[in-house]
Amino acid sequence: MVGKNCFAIASDRRLGVQLQTVATDFQRVFKIHDKLYIGLSGLATDVQTLYQRLVFRHKLYQLREERDMKPQTFASLVSALLYEKRFGPYFCQPVIAGLGEDNEPFICTMDCIGAKELAKDFVVSGTASESLYGACESMYKPNMEPEELFETVSQALQASVDRDCLSGWGGYVLVVTPTEIQERVIKGRMD
Amino acid sequence: MAGAMDLPPKGGFSYDYCRRNAMLADKGLKMPGFLKTGTTIVGLVFQDGVVLGADTRATEGPIVADKNCEKIHFMAPNIYCCGAGTAADTEAIWSARSFNFTVMQLVVNHEFYQGHVSAALVLGGVDVTGPHLHTVYPHGSTDTLPFATMGSGSLAAMSVFESQYKEGLTREEGIQLVADAIRAGIFNDLGSGSNVDVCVITKGKTEYLRNHQLPNPRTYVSSKGYSFTKGQTEVLYTKITQLKPKVEVTEGDAMEE
Repeated sequence: MVGKNCFAIASDRRLGVQLQTVATDFQRVFKIHDKLYIGLSGLATDVQTLYQRLVFRHKLYQLREERDMKPQTFASLVSALLYEKRFGPYFCQPVIAGLGEDNEPFICTMDCIGAKELAKDFVVSGTASESLYGACESMYKPNMEPEELFETVSQALQASVDRDCLSGWGGYVLVVTPTEIQERVIKGRMD
Repeated sequence: MAGAMDLPPKGGFSYDYCRRNAMLADKGLKMPGFLKTGTTIVGLVFQDGVVLGADTRATEGPIVADKNCEKIHFMAPNIYCCGAGTAADTEAIWSARSFNFTVMQLVVNHEFYQGHVSAALVLGGVDVTGPHLHTVYPHGSTDTLPFATMGSGSLAAMSVFESQYKEGLTREEGIQLVADAIRAGIFNDLGSGSNVDVCVITKGKTEYLRNHQLPNPRTYVSSKGYSFTKGQTEVLYTKITQLKPKVEVTEGDAMEE
């Protein structure tokens, strides 16, 4: 979700095999560089493989260009990587969030074959995505400060995830402003 | 697998996950749905050029994923293309730009994709020989027409065109007719919605009127909104990292004593 010169990216922490929970501290939001994060929902093995591939490509980019990738460029990279597997895709929907030039927040999401969807307010993905659309649509306000953005994102996440059996077991929220990164683990229903 | 990791692949599709995905499907894991642009896209030729129009809704099954997506894509300063079908496919197709686009499209769609890539396009442009409007179907066939509609809302839009189109329309009449056709798609087809985008291409000038009409404004916003007080969410663990400004390495002077 986008705020005033900042963004927040959040995920739940459950890892499960259909209805059985396997872990309650699964990391889904990954750092690409200080101001660029990607959250990946879907099949856990594809989440991890895709993350490793992307970090690899970004490190190569950093070595060649001697700078970090811009969020828009990174989104195009992810889209291309996913579309390569058009006929045997990764079972993964990414959510990309970053601060671009002039610390302008950038968010986008993609389906599993790389169709980019840019938005100016919020993007969602995962098993609870329908609830998340509803919760974010009603709770979002433009130009929120980081504290308010954190509260809004947490409440929207909790509200949606509590209505989905396959998500939950706490939440992980990351708020990034031009000067600091705030990572918080929030307490949620453990059912 | 080591080979695939060494260098970024040279392009083209890789099919190495097909068997794995088939195995997963057998075990009961459904493939996540693709983003489709169940759409209304139209084009018509008027006196001095071509007008293209599109709605702005992107769907994921029955859910609206994007309320204001862009379906009119730039190909060249005098050629624009609207896409319907699976969003990733239309984006991939238009990003492989070519001036001989319709010819290439015919070849590519037919031989290579063979209809598996579900992308239907309305392509329009103006060159020295005048204005042109083409449609390209997922299996690769093309048509050249004075007015065309594609997408799930194409019937609604075509009814407007068939009743009101005439030769020699002026620019304003052309834009009005295109907007009417798209609105017919927006209000009557469930897969199309939100706003009307229009693109007018004439000799030497192209105008992209993004959100030319907004017939569906959001009126149910609560004026107070939700306001959450700080500390309302229970936090178990916080970690704040300060971001240091990046150190710039500049050319230094020769070492001084």
